[in-house]
Amino acid sequence: MVEALLERGAPLLELQGVEKSFGPVRALDGIDLTIQAGKVTALCGDNGAGKSVTIKIISGIVPADAGEIVWRGRPVRIHTPRDAAALGIATVYQDLALCDNLDIVQNMFLGRETVRAAVLSEAPMEIAARRTLADLHVTTVRSIRQPVASLSGGQRQSVAVARAVLWNSQLMILDEPTAALGVSQTAMVLELVRRLAEQGYAVLIVSHNLNDVFEVADRIAVLHLGQMVAQGDVGQFDRQSVVELMTTGALVRNGAPPPGGPVLDGSRED
Amino acid sequence: MSRTDLSLQAAGEERAARESPPEAARARQARGEARRVVERLRLGSYTWLVLVLVAVIVGFSIKSSAFLSQSNWLNTSSTATEVLMLAIGQTFVIVAGQIDLSDGAVLGLSGMAGGWVMSEIGGSATGTTADLVIVAGFASAIAVGVIVGVVNGLLTARYRIPSFVVTLGTLGICTGIADLVYNGQEISQIPSGVGTIGSTDLGGWIPIPVLVAAVFTVGGALALSRTRFGEHTYAIGDSREAAVRAGIRDTRHLVKIFMLSSILSAVAGILVMTRLAVAAPTSGANDELDAIAAVVIGGASLFGGKGTILGSLLGTALIAVLLTGLIIINVPPFWQLVAVGVVLIAAVYVDQFKERGKGA
Repeated sequence: MVEALLERGAPLLELQGVEKSFGPVRALDGIDLTIQAGKVTALCGDNGAGKSVTIKIISGIVPADAGEIVWRGRPVRIHTPRDAAALGIATVYQDLALCDNLDIVQNMFLGRETVRAAVLSEAPMEIAARRTLADLHVTTVRSIRQPVASLSGGQRQSVAVARAVLWNSQLMILDEPTAALGVSQTAMVLELVRRLAEQGYAVLIVSHNLNDVFEVADRIAVLHLGQMVAQGDVGQFDRQSVVELMTTGALVRNGAPPPGGPVLDGSRED
Repeated sequence: MSRTDLSLQAAGEERAARESPPEAARARQARGEARRVVERLRLGSYTWLVLVLVAVIVGFSIKSSAFLSQSNWLNTSSTATEVLMLAIGQTFVIVAGQIDLSDGAVLGLSGMAGGWVMSEIGGSATGTTADLVIVAGFASAIAVGVIVGVVNGLLTARYRIPSFVVTLGTLGICTGIADLVYNGQEISQIPSGVGTIGSTDLGGWIPIPVLVAAVFTVGGALALSRTRFGEHTYAIGDSREAAVRAGIRDTRHLVKIFMLSSILSAVAGILVMTRLAVAAPTSGANDELDAIAAVVIGGASLFGGKGTILGSLLGTALIAVLLTGLIIINVPPFWQLVAVGVVLIAAVYVDQFKERGKGA
């Protein structure tokens, strides 16, 4: 299913009242989240706030207990990673998704190789891979025939993202993309994330690093103990308010209600 | 290289594709394809192995004039055939990050199964009947391979028992059953046509079993290096997690690979039977170790994701030359095992040394 990218700013994926419990532990307590096409949404929260569960639900690794998932305005069910991939949702994990001994082209086409008369046709795959990398301005790799084991962390991340683009994904989920990277590598990945958004893709980025978040995000959503405590354009936040929301779930400093989302002041009286 | 090379190259290709007529584009694509095939052979990585092989052959030839003779070639190539057939299957298994210890035992059991079926339904038949008996015997040998392969594959891939344990188990089971079939005896009541196949040398130099092994070698090399099946084999051995995430059905693929290995062992069992003109329960005993050694000498990694059929062929050749050469120069046969062991360890050491050099 190949669909054109949505107009920038149009809601691509919406979670409505999504709940998830693991036994007695309530991991997500009815969260709403809107991810817009052509924008980078940063999902912030302390450990245990529900970030991982949220992206696992979106990418089909765990099913939600209750709530709606709306994709391009239509309610959808995402039960398996295949469902998510069929919609155009790609989750880019930093280390798990690539085969070290295979080269860049092989990794980008893994599982969807171009074949003619039962034989791999390398030339069309090379051309498509090269074009996709060039479109994303990934130009630091020496050869697209080098094994990914020889790439830097940022380059590996770029290959994983390029692979998602090649496979017609519309929403890229990046889980802690810069966690293990040095300064220049981090800059390279953030630049790539910006470029994805500029080209119309939606990006959901999970990060602990607020420097990264403010550098790259258009929108910020903050989770606290399984609740969405704030959600809005990046301009509505500053570093201090995000930290407060992440750690306490509310803005203590000036008492102003946090931007967007279910306002905590009324909803948590305990 | 500069940072812009990649995009320039891509732009250049697009421009070229727009401007030049389709024949030229096709010719260029064919040239690119040929270059890629050569690159993928990674001939450079076999330099050491080829040098050692040549040195060993030259050494034996100087020591004994009998080494470069027709009879020794026939002897060596027949020895190599047995190991090579197992090594081809073992290459797929090892590249996928697994191991198959049962292939020598499957060789023995499938030969015995084929021999037993032939002796039961018409060991002394002649003419067309004999041909049918031979077909039935060969088919039952292959059937044994299919069954053992499915068992190995399912236990490893679906029930997640390490393949070392599974195939160590089926090694014992197959060896035991091969003895049970005829009380540990050889079966010689088989149509004489079987022995004729094995003793026919095309042009005096190419025994039919060698020809069969050559066909399987070429087929295996193409399958591993040029098809989706081969690509997925490397991917699973490299990172099963990544392969699964890419939508590769890992369980099904691993079952196919173990089936391939066992079926090739069964074919080897048939080839040995044609050479000896009897079915012997001891055929193939310990051959799995030579096959694994050949694959590893050829550059495969027991951690998976690395290895080629060409490497395994060179590894097999080195082992076969050592085995027959040492006999020709009158070294006591016990030294054969020592020699193969030394070469195996040295090969892996040199390989790691090269890897480290590359990484730096």
